[in-house]
Amino acid sequence: MDAKRLPLAPVVGGALLAAVPFVLPDWMKFLVTLAMAKFAAVLAVALFLRANQVSFGHAMFYAVGAYTVGFGAKWFGLRDFVLLVPLGALLGAGVAALVGLVMARYREVFFAMLNLAFSMMLYGVLLKLYWVTGGTDGLSAGTPTFLGYAPSREYLRDALYYATLGVTGIVVYAVFRFLASPLGFYLKAIADNEIRIEYSGESVRHVMYVTYVLSGALAGVGGVLAAFTVGHIVPEYSFWIQSGDFVFVALLGGYGSVVGPLVGSIAFEFIRTYASKYFPNEWQMVLGIIMLAIILFRPGGLWTIYEGIAARFGRREHEVERA
Amino acid sequence: MPEGPVLRTVDLCKSFGAVRAADAITVEIGAGELVGIVGANGSGKTTFLNIVTGYLKPDRGRILFLGSDCTGLQPRTMTKRGIARSFQIPQLYTNLSVLESLLLSLAAEAGQGTAFWRPMYRRQWIETGLDMLGRFGLKAYAHRPVSELPEGGRKLLDIALSFALKPRLLLMDEPTSGVSIEDKFQVMDTLMKVVAETRLTTVFVEHDMDVVQRYSRRVIAFDNGRVVADGEPGRVLTDPDVRKAVLGRA
Repeated sequence: MDAKRLPLAPVVGGALLAAVPFVLPDWMKFLVTLAMAKFAAVLAVALFLRANQVSFGHAMFYAVGAYTVGFGAKWFGLRDFVLLVPLGALLGAGVAALVGLVMARYREVFFAMLNLAFSMMLYGVLLKLYWVTGGTDGLSAGTPTFLGYAPSREYLRDALYYATLGVTGIVVYAVFRFLASPLGFYLKAIADNEIRIEYSGESVRHVMYVTYVLSGALAGVGGVLAAFTVGHIVPEYSFWIQSGDFVFVALLGGYGSVVGPLVGSIAFEFIRTYASKYFPNEWQMVLGIIMLAIILFRPGGLWTIYEGIAARFGRREHEVERA
Repeated sequence: MPEGPVLRTVDLCKSFGAVRAADAITVEIGAGELVGIVGANGSGKTTFLNIVTGYLKPDRGRILFLGSDCTGLQPRTMTKRGIARSFQIPQLYTNLSVLESLLLSLAAEAGQGTAFWRPMYRRQWIETGLDMLGRFGLKAYAHRPVSELPEGGRKLLDIALSFALKPRLLLMDEPTSGVSIEDKFQVMDTLMKVVAETRLTTVFVEHDMDVVQRYSRRVIAFDNGRVVADGEPGRVLTDPDVRKAVLGRA
């Protein structure tokens, strides 16, 4: 990433997102809120894609976050957004800290499928323990409050939108810092050469483990945000198809940057909505065709379209300066 | 600093099935020594390096580094204790830039390799990294991907990554293999200049007798996993038995 050029993108992107409640209808506002919620979980998956590791099980932590909201409302009467977001992150990280003890030892197909196995175990538990989890009926998220303040129904959607946008900003900043750190670079280096990492005196397993815990926290945050956005929590949050969606979106947006998954997440929600509207029986095929096109023509994801344009303008400016 | 040799191996043995790759290897490497290891293919040179750096566990014997027993420790623990190595086939981060690769080593050396909040691009590390790349003749490639380096540059970077860890003992596995005849003396000149500046204890495995003759102060010859000669280059490399074992002719 070019540090001199790209900071403009988050500023413009942030301004556009801040304007959404003023310019888009409610149903689109809902889609963007949901996209930002899922973005946190997609980012969790994207972290591992940088290390050439794919996870088909991160819906597990997404579900942990979502059920934090459900159980919080059901058992403790907790509905506060500001309390439940960090709590979801903490529980997601906590579960990841346990599961990560196993996961940090595995790579590639074993990493992918073991994640899937754990998430499906959680799915089974959520489905069968209906007297605790509500089974297929699920749990209600309740109406969120914000530091005790309960917005009126008229402003609730906007309040939730901006709160979600704020959390998204924090997530982007935190992950950006992580990826710019030595550990973030070691994560990328796992894709290249684990032997060299060990001969640098660092532990590949440690790098994987710390990243796994962080990814659990991120997906947990995503689950909390999605639960508040949708208002209802069901075992499908942990289902493998949900994990597959996260991988799909990471590839769609591009996992080489922090913002790419956000672009992918927003694009995905709109593509799926319009595809199911205009092709109600073939919408999955539309998604498949789009994925095919991305892999063939933009393997770096949608974000690379912006990067390509920015690079071209950068070159032109440079040529003008030289002239 | 403890007195005595930097590295001492005692009766190191390692077998792969019926093949004895290391057979009772007992050597001492003193502080500041520049040692070349020669031997034919399969004579046990790289196995010796792999055992000393923890990649292979010996079947028998001990490894003493700076007086403490390090036998059977993991590579990363050996590295932290002060033994760094390069590889016959350079082990690099091909998707990172040359400078980023070096910054990772500098971060590891500073005990900040697992820092996950403070940035890797820190002024002090960048300055040190660029200076080091300059010493290795790689400064022009600093911001280029590692994958764009020529073979000689890859070899140098592989060694620079180890050198940045500020080791007490540097082991280099065939630093000129894969490098063109025209470039290999340039590569070795660059390496030896850096080694001389720091008086770093260095052991290098090498096939090329001319390189060993020119750059080492002591030569250890291996044959069938055993040390068959150990001494000054002039004496060892002219020994008919060594020449027969290494070159196949006296």
